[in-house]
Amino acid sequence: MVAIKDLPEEEYVLEGNAACPGCPITIALRTVLKALGKDTIMTVPASCSAVIQSLYPKTSFAVPTLNIAFEAAAASASGIEAALHAQGKDDVTVLAWAGDGGSYDIGLQALSGALERGTNFIYVCYNNQMYSNTGVQRSGATPYGAWTTTTWTGKKERQKNLAEIAMAHNIPYVATASIAYPTDLYRKAKKAKEIKGPKYMEIIAPCPPGWRFDMSKTVEMAKLAVETGAWLMYEFENGKLTFNGPSKGIVEGSREPKPVEDWLKMQGRFRNLTEEDIQKIKRDLKEGWEFYRKKSQLF
Amino acid sequence: MKTTISYPTKEAMGKTGSWRVFRPVLHEDKCIKCWMCWVFCPESAIRKEEFPKIDYDFCKGCGVCANECPVNAIEMRREEK
Repeated sequence: MVAIKDLPEEEYVLEGNAACPGCPITIALRTVLKALGKDTIMTVPASCSAVIQSLYPKTSFAVPTLNIAFEAAAASASGIEAALHAQGKDDVTVLAWAGDGGSYDIGLQALSGALERGTNFIYVCYNNQMYSNTGVQRSGATPYGAWTTTTWTGKKERQKNLAEIAMAHNIPYVATASIAYPTDLYRKAKKAKEIKGPKYMEIIAPCPPGWRFDMSKTVEMAKLAVETGAWLMYEFENGKLTFNGPSKGIVEGSREPKPVEDWLKMQGRFRNLTEEDIQKIKRDLKEGWEFYRKKSQLF
Repeated sequence: MKTTISYPTKEAMGKTGSWRVFRPVLHEDKCIKCWMCWVFCPESAIRKEEFPKIDYDFCKGCGVCANECPVNAIEMRREEK
């Protein structure tokens, strides 16, 4: 695995962008684009990433970027890939960079279509578990109990699992990552670049204004999510599921995860959780680990 | 067909350093050059030189670098008027 000091120095997210201070998206995008390099065409649906680029006639992203309608990230990526293929430019990476709103909810059918068609592209969903850009509304990725402006007593439903849906398409590569493990994220993006066919990646992106925590704690929060087992980092390659970092021990049962309360109590959005809610979250997490433990033993 | 194209520029949103309330100050004597601050800076405002070089024109003062520094070599100081 590449060391932090050996990561490329090229920056594709330029200084003076419009992201909030402590934004996880720019941390994630910096690392991913370092792995993919300059021969990348990016497509961005309506999301924070469309805002971060700032205003015409300037942009903060130093790779060609197409801004497209909310539901169309994967569809436009299919179009770009087809156009590149027709021109014989098969060495260019197509990256769809969407939030969880544009992936879990609004962009789901386009994503499913592109995965099923075998489009040669990388779809990255940076998952901040809510519609942050429009002012924190609930999304399909918002976890149980979380406050948003549309679930102000706490969400009553569990989040869905889009990585599982992506795996169900039998695509060559699915990976989940965390911004707190940049070398792992870099390695996964690099690997996705080398594989032909549709690749799906999901990155946990703790949003300071949305999750209600101090902006200096972005990375700490992403790290805690992994260490408590609230977020699992894994790779699904040719039908084989492998876990990375602390998630490996948590799923196999050899590592005691940190108590999930540590993670929940740092976030204002979980302030209204009752003791029963916390117990339910813990049960759900255990169930999830058990499910993945069995799944990783299947093949 | 005519379409609008934006071109990559630094400072697309101006000098974002003016957003800052707390200024990260690096103590070079403590720095172990692990480059955690550089890899986690959301603003790409830290350069790799002999020591991490913070670009105060653009640093928004989020404090992620100070929070992630394993040896507490970065101190957050309140900006003075």
